[in-house]
Amino acid sequence: MMTELSLNVLDIAQNSIKARASLVRISVSRDTAARRLSISVEDNGCGMTPEQVEHVIDPFFTTRTTRKVGLGVPFFKLSAELTGGSFRIQSREGEGTSLRAEYCYDHIDMLPLGDMASTMTTLISVNPDIDFVYAFDCDGCSFEMDTRAIRELMGEVPINAAEVLAFIRDFITGNQAEADHPETGGPVPGTPLSERNDMV
Amino acid sequence: MKSLAELQAIRDKMKNQMNVRDESDDKIRVVVGMATCGIAAGARPVLNAFTEEVAKRSLGNVSVAQTGCIGICQYEPVVEVFTPDGQKTTYVKMTAEKAVKVVADHLVNGSVVTEYTIGSVAK
Repeated sequence: MMTELSLNVLDIAQNSIKARASLVRISVSRDTAARRLSISVEDNGCGMTPEQVEHVIDPFFTTRTTRKVGLGVPFFKLSAELTGGSFRIQSREGEGTSLRAEYCYDHIDMLPLGDMASTMTTLISVNPDIDFVYAFDCDGCSFEMDTRAIRELMGEVPINAAEVLAFIRDFITGNQAEADHPETGGPVPGTPLSERNDMV
Repeated sequence: MKSLAELQAIRDKMKNQMNVRDESDDKIRVVVGMATCGIAAGARPVLNAFTEEVAKRSLGNVSVAQTGCIGICQYEPVVEVFTPDGQKTTYVKMTAEKAVKVVADHLVNGSVVTEYTIGSVAK
């Protein structure tokens, strides 16, 4: 098992890279009223046949037949199901794959989300030819990091130059801290306390 | 809110440094295993330590890349260093701290950190 969910995301994104995706979209969204957190990874890679999709969630069958997938997907699925959450994988050959894990984040077996900024900069630093999107949302407070927008601004400067990666790291960490709020029930900036269901 | 507009300054600053990249043949390749086993064992901070340290020292002849499972999962995080003389060095059970030492001793000064190699650890 992984020690934080951002490592599961890093691992799952490796499958998108191996599936020759040119765009990988990672989204994290938190609903404090429902006490739910969802993580999704979507790519436009080569996709899988319906038979392969069934196999990827079985760790033992998978490791023997489809080496390219291995334990990554079962770990991700387990991380969600351990919290009483759910997991879904959809794929179409030639179109791409999408995975979505939903967590009941108050559960004792909930892993911390962890350092998503580090997961994103790791992915970008060694895959400069792939575009990545990271979207975060907490009760409607959201932000997005899109390497396509960054590329456009940077011109000929490589996206994985150290200065650019440092910017992306700060951009994600800073904006996510602003959009998110502590588990103690602190309000989302800009949301009046009276409008928050979990305060009632 | 941190804005993308700040990238403009980085771009202007970096434009002047663009041509210092070393395109010679004496390239060193650092490859970090980033399969499930590697990531679970702590490959992410190792890879980041390599990229950051290489950038900090402006080592234009070093490239850092990732690979899948090398097959020695019990020794993860595993890092392979390919030098221009055709040698491959396999470092095992790596950490971010060990990565910094490998950059200084091996990548900069050309001396293999024997104590971190698979030959020393797998006894």
